[in-house]
Amino acid sequence: MNLSAEHREGVLVVHLAEPRLDAAIAIRFKERMREIADQPGTRVLIEMSKVEFLDSSGLGAVVAVMKSLAPDRQLELCALTPNVEKVFRLTRMDSVLSLHPDLETALGKGRKYA
Amino acid sequence: MPERSFFSSPARMAKSSGEARIFHHSFPATPIAVRDALRAALARFVRVMSEEEAGTLELILAEILNNVVEHSYGEAEEGSITLSIVRDAQGLSCSVSDDGIALPMACLNTGEPESLTRPDPAALPEGGFGWFLIRDLATELGYRREGERNLLAFRLPLAPLEDRKAG
Repeated sequence: MNLSAEHREGVLVVHLAEPRLDAAIAIRFKERMREIADQPGTRVLIEMSKVEFLDSSGLGAVVAVMKSLAPDRQLELCALTPNVEKVFRLTRMDSVLSLHPDLETALGKGRKYA
Repeated sequence: MPERSFFSSPARMAKSSGEARIFHHSFPATPIAVRDALRAALARFVRVMSEEEAGTLELILAEILNNVVEHSYGEAEEGSITLSIVRDAQGLSCSVSDDGIALPMACLNTGEPESLTRPDPAALPEGGFGWFLIRDLATELGYRREGERNLLAFRLPLAPLEDRKAG
């Protein structure tokens, strides 16, 4: 699984460099996120610009990660490609997850409202 | 001269586009084989679809095929899936068949209002999205149990290619 993490301005930024977040890798994604979330950072931000395809298993995995971080830590997503964004919109899960257009906006918003 | 006319006849010229109209593929019911089948199906029709239409086709097919792998065959180690896609003037006609257990009819609640069949986002659901997405995106969704076989079919309308070039 091509997944790396870095700290930027107090935010734990996870770069998910997989072309697909689907049934074939959903469980591994959850496991890797659990390991990564051991690091400090109140905000966990997954940067998804490389992900071109997300199915219901991938969506379920994102929700599972979000629940495992709550209530002390928040999961946010940024840089969603159109097909991935569409799945969040159709299922209305964009109403319960924070989605940002890109990484800079996501980090900037944190500064602005901190 | 007869030979030359044979090679340049319209029927001969049309052969390559005719081949692209039908996709038929049988493969093992495993997540990796599903990925490969999706890639092959998308590659076959990518030239007649917009990026959004391709994304929609891939999503519907992924949900249907992964459901077969996870639920129709479930614990069974072996099973195969047959995927057929035919292109006509209005779009794509797709069918998926397998030899697993019957599909629960609740999955096909196409007549119910969306608010009753969409998982409630506030409950932070980790599943249940698959059939919602299939029902939402596919048209003319139909299912039939035929002997020991599941047959699921749907259509995906495509915008005419001319419109896309103009737009």
